[in-house]
Amino acid sequence: MRLGWPKFQWRRRERGMNAARRQEERRRNIFTRRVALLGLGQLGLLGYLGQRLYRMQVEEGERYATLAEENRVSARLIPPPRGRVLDRDGKVIAGNRLNWRALLVAEQTQDVAATLETFSRIVPLAEHERARIERDVRRHRRFVPVTVREFLTWEEMARIEVNAPDLPGIITDVGTTRMYPEAEHLAHIVGYVAPPAEADIGDDPLLELPGIRVGRAGVERFHDRILRGRAGAVQLEVNAVGRVIRELDRHEGQQGQDVLLSVDAQLQRQVRQRIDEGTSVVVLDARNGEVLAMASKPSFDPNLFNAGVSAAQWREWTRNRSTPLINKCTAGLYAPGSTFKPMVALAALDAKVVGPGERIFCPGHFDLGDTRFHCHSRRGHGAVDLHAALKLSCDVYFYEVARRVGIDRIAAMARRFGLGVDLEIELPGTRKGLMPTREWRISKGKPWNLGDTVVHGIGQGFYQLTPLQLATMTARIASGRALQPHLTRSVGGQPQRVMRPDYWPALGIPDRDMRLVREGMWAVVNEGGGTARVARLPDGTVFAGKTGTTQVRRVSRAERERGFRVENLPREWRPHALFVGYAPYDNPQYAISVIVEHGIGGSLAAAPLARDIMMDTINRFRRAPEGGQRVADAQPAAGTAGAGTAGAPAGGASPSPPPGAGQRR
Amino acid sequence: MLLERRLLTRDRSGGLLQKFWQIPWIFVLMLCAVAAVGYVALYSAGGGAAEPYAGRHALRFGFGLVMMLSLALVDIRLIARLAWPIYAATVGLLVLVALQGHVGKGAQRWIELGPIQLQPSELMKIALALALASWFRRASWERVGNPIFLIPPILATLLPVGMILKQPNLGTAMITAMVAGSVFWGAGVRWWKFAGVLGAAGIAAPIAYEHLRDYQKARITTFLDPESDPLGAGYNIIQSKIALGSGGLWGKGFLQGTQGHLNFLPEKQTDFIFTMIAEEFGLVGALSVLALLGLVVAFSFAVAFRCRHQFGRLLAIGLATNFFLYVFVNVAMVTGSIPVGGVPLPLISHGGSAMLTTMFGFGLLLSVHVHRDADMGPTRE
Repeated sequence: MRLGWPKFQWRRRERGMNAARRQEERRRNIFTRRVALLGLGQLGLLGYLGQRLYRMQVEEGERYATLAEENRVSARLIPPPRGRVLDRDGKVIAGNRLNWRALLVAEQTQDVAATLETFSRIVPLAEHERARIERDVRRHRRFVPVTVREFLTWEEMARIEVNAPDLPGIITDVGTTRMYPEAEHLAHIVGYVAPPAEADIGDDPLLELPGIRVGRAGVERFHDRILRGRAGAVQLEVNAVGRVIRELDRHEGQQGQDVLLSVDAQLQRQVRQRIDEGTSVVVLDARNGEVLAMASKPSFDPNLFNAGVSAAQWREWTRNRSTPLINKCTAGLYAPGSTFKPMVALAALDAKVVGPGERIFCPGHFDLGDTRFHCHSRRGHGAVDLHAALKLSCDVYFYEVARRVGIDRIAAMARRFGLGVDLEIELPGTRKGLMPTREWRISKGKPWNLGDTVVHGIGQGFYQLTPLQLATMTARIASGRALQPHLTRSVGGQPQRVMRPDYWPALGIPDRDMRLVREGMWAVVNEGGGTARVARLPDGTVFAGKTGTTQVRRVSRAERERGFRVENLPREWRPHALFVGYAPYDNPQYAISVIVEHGIGGSLAAAPLARDIMMDTINRFRRAPEGGQRVADAQPAAGTAGAGTAGAPAGGASPSPPPGAGQRR
Repeated sequence: MLLERRLLTRDRSGGLLQKFWQIPWIFVLMLCAVAAVGYVALYSAGGGAAEPYAGRHALRFGFGLVMMLSLALVDIRLIARLAWPIYAATVGLLVLVALQGHVGKGAQRWIELGPIQLQPSELMKIALALALASWFRRASWERVGNPIFLIPPILATLLPVGMILKQPNLGTAMITAMVAGSVFWGAGVRWWKFAGVLGAAGIAAPIAYEHLRDYQKARITTFLDPESDPLGAGYNIIQSKIALGSGGLWGKGFLQGTQGHLNFLPEKQTDFIFTMIAEEFGLVGALSVLALLGLVVAFSFAVAFRCRHQFGRLLAIGLATNFFLYVFVNVAMVTGSIPVGGVPLPLISHGGSAMLTTMFGFGLLLSVHVHRDADMGPTRE
């Protein structure tokens, strides 16, 4: 085994062999001892590592396993599709539209700028868009998709897909966005959605999701929880930077439920076509309080909220004096004018301060102390009873009756008809309005004078009522029931209980009083001298109603003497025109209220409009091909309503045919 | 058979073949097993693919193997003669790296040598062991007891250690010092001198701490309380412990390690490869790998014991200690036992420089074994 060593080494070795061997042996022994010690030490350290591994992996293994699980599993919410809002025919008035988007994943492209350049040759991108995209790319981690463009058309999508090989990093996907096919026609009812504000994000984790929308107005807001649904959850395996690796578990949420409304989109459209700016119209089903149409012009397009309303648009809406964002039907406050007279009449009859046939002489004015109150007829109506006073809208009669009955009893009666009270309709932002009383006035630190009562007898003064309240009053006069206006017919296919015909309790007004008032309202339209003869319906259906005109500005005696003509006033000083009515008279189905701002006179502007809209309503539910079912449904409903009222102990609600009117004549 | 060997010894090439047979193939097999463990772990770290780590690892090991076996046949006396030149050249590389080194992770450690990146501090440990073994190879017990005799080797140790500290690379500097220490120890430097040095180091440590770089201080504070900054400096250590601990007794299975594959585990292909193994193969796998590495160390000790000349003994013990420290520091680091120090697991971690220097060291070790009976000249008083 010895290798061939060079000779000189042999010689050197032989010279000091003995001494060297001793030295060598000693060295070797020391080395062996020491290195054995070193080896033991190293073995000990390895043993320590083994023990440490045992402690971590076996003794504490479970704890670390839990930590590992927490590390990798990330729970995420799946946004449920928002429920739709449908009209009474099931027509979509708020739905979900697919939103095709192009997204950019920065890590999938070599050069973001080049990709965007290519993209803008296919779908043009504005400078500010490109700046926004580049900013988003910088802000997010490189695997987070950044929106390049939303709301792509089908054609644009196709072009992007075809050019996909040239667009590294660009991915397309489809989300949903809210869509309102009726645009501004139903905006005030359906409302709109917008991203949640900080304050909205409370208990619902769903609201923290990007891209989620919450109802901000109208039904969208009122039924937000129902429409929103409940978020599903998905457990994802993620890596250290949060990128999704795979799905581990999935719980489907509950998707938003559809809300079916009572409004009729087609009727709503017709109504809106008939009215001008500043006009508000409410059409109710007089049997159950369903809102059939509710229009307030001007309106807005709720679709604009999808992509975010620009500051300029928002400014225009909020600064516009005709307040397009406000639903004047529920939030516009008006004095009721002569449309309030049935309330005064009912209060007087109830208090028995005036007999049904009692005549009061109208010389054209009414004096209270030094103050003279004028009738709208300067020559006077002569001696008028309740029936004629309603028909002619004689002011003097109601000045006197109001003086006798007092404001508090008038207010109490008006409240029973829904005036100045919260009607609990499903529209956020609805105003309660104001029904003035003596107490209210005193709480304001001012006295209530008898003169105030007199003025309030003809519906002028401190009243602040909404068109919806006036329509509700009319429907209650027609039905005799304390119905409340409402919009929701069914939620998720479940009918709401208010649909039952005898759901609403009877008002409890004596039959005779109701009949007197109804006959007076019948006469307004159908009797010679009535203020709304123009409102007779062309198809012969009997319409009953009451006109109203409210001054925006006080007319001074000097003006009156100079031969004041309201037509000469600038528009914003002209009186508002009002009309409330219901039809058919003998079997009330529909109640309507119309307020034409600055329309000069109820019989001039509001009554003809109400006539046309009532005609549209009747035709709509008679003729509509898909409404065949509706007419069929309407008739038996009317029948049951009649049967129900006949059997009701209060009895006063029965809408009787108008023979009494004939007798009166 | 015997006749054949005799015939062959006369021949020069036959001498090489003889040496070749002297190579302890069982040890080579052990190294191959360690490298195979590395291949498997890197295959997993690559997300269940040979690319980008495992394939290159195998290739590098192949090169390393050829280099090691070639080195094993080089006469140990030639190596001993070249010890100081190698030392000088490596110190030169350290100077070079300080001048123009590649800045990696806040420290200058790498040097570009053509296509490969070299970490001279890795090579330095071996070069220092060589130089010190060469210095002490003929020194008698009495001579080693002479303090004057110890001054040159101490200087030869302090020079590279200081330079590595300056890079700064605290971990490698300490390992280098300990490798040198093992040679001093084996050479017979009196134990009380070691005690003195350790005591002085203990006193100097707080002062030295003040001069550490921020990231080094962060490592130490992180080690003392990893949870103090869970997403910053403490992140690596916490994630490593979670991954390792969650492996349990039997592990999550090959390619099933969630923490590693989901990138919670940082630098899983280099410093934290052992964590990956422990996560996927559990305590059983981790201890097996540790035992295998321990066997490699044990064999290195055996080489030292069987060597009949002081140079080979000292070199073998230096190399054994070097390898042991690699293993110990790395595993202690990933188990959160000592501060994280950027020390790879030899033959298993991904990285060319560490692999080549390790194989270079084993080449020297094999040469020691092959030439264990060589005459290195008489001992001097």
